[in-house]
Amino acid sequence: MIGSREKIFQGIKAGSPLALGYFPIAVAFGALAVQADLTWVEATLMSILVFAGASQFVGVSMLLAGAGMVQIIMATFFLNLRHLMMSMTLNHQFRSFSAREKIALSFGITDESFAVLALGGQGGDEHQALTPHYTAGLMITAYLGWVSGSAFGAIFAGVIPGEITTAMTAGLYALFIGLLVPPIKKSPVYLTAAGAGMLFNYLAGFFLESGWSIVLATLCASVLGLLILEGSE
Amino acid sequence: MNELYLILGMAFVTFIPRLLPSLFMDRIRFPSWFQRWLKIIPYAVLGALIFPGILSVAPDQPLLGLLGGLAAFLLAVWNLHITLVMLGAVLTVLLVQYIL
Repeated sequence: MIGSREKIFQGIKAGSPLALGYFPIAVAFGALAVQADLTWVEATLMSILVFAGASQFVGVSMLLAGAGMVQIIMATFFLNLRHLMMSMTLNHQFRSFSAREKIALSFGITDESFAVLALGGQGGDEHQALTPHYTAGLMITAYLGWVSGSAFGAIFAGVIPGEITTAMTAGLYALFIGLLVPPIKKSPVYLTAAGAGMLFNYLAGFFLESGWSIVLATLCASVLGLLILEGSE
Repeated sequence: MNELYLILGMAFVTFIPRLLPSLFMDRIRFPSWFQRWLKIIPYAVLGALIFPGILSVAPDQPLLGLLGGLAAFLLAVWNLHITLVMLGAVLTVLLVQYIL
């Protein structure tokens, strides 16, 4: 199975920028979780079981603000509804995988892993046909960065200066931008969808919470893109 | 162990939206427009994820995220590898913080 070992290795390579980007942010999460009176074991466990940066930050911030369990769990749910759309898109690309592989790999879907998996093969120089091994290698690498960073941050709270965390957060946005630019240079439909996604999310943000506004903006922008695509044929 | 229930609850509601499509996507025969729509979703999602979120990289200094994003955009237009695009944005934001 040399082929699959190579695919895992390629996946690890594609996932390592994610792990590096996740680490300091997970450190910040771990430090915040300890402030919210979680133990380092609980903070790490949350990263192991939840593996979703935005909802973990929101959950812990709500805990700090004295919110109740049901409120926090509901906020988490709505914040993550966007993963439903990402998982639909990815599972369409996973259609040749076994049922067990699809279920296991679904757990590793994050904004960032989705971005690399859904766009990494298109327009980029390293064309990657998705295989289970490649996908698993990428997701596990990102996961280890997130979990180890959380434990580190919870145990050694305040080690990484805020400036570095801020810069690494910008790095994750740079990942999105870097993945988006090559395909939108080539396709006006993709360019419209991305631009409309930004505009709609900005507008929806005035009257919706972030979780909903991303979902609504994505739906509207992708439908707009589809209408333009169908109209041009 | 209230915290444990909280963590388990969060884990459950986070996994459900990720899991559902892996259970039903291959049981349904989707029309071809639906498959074209799925191909467009990533671009719409990424647009929505980038903006306006990038303004809150440093919540009190929206310019910081914008400058990092601009650096990433220029490097990406220049066809540099994704790792260099990320590195360029990180260094830009570090540098700007250091100067300000």
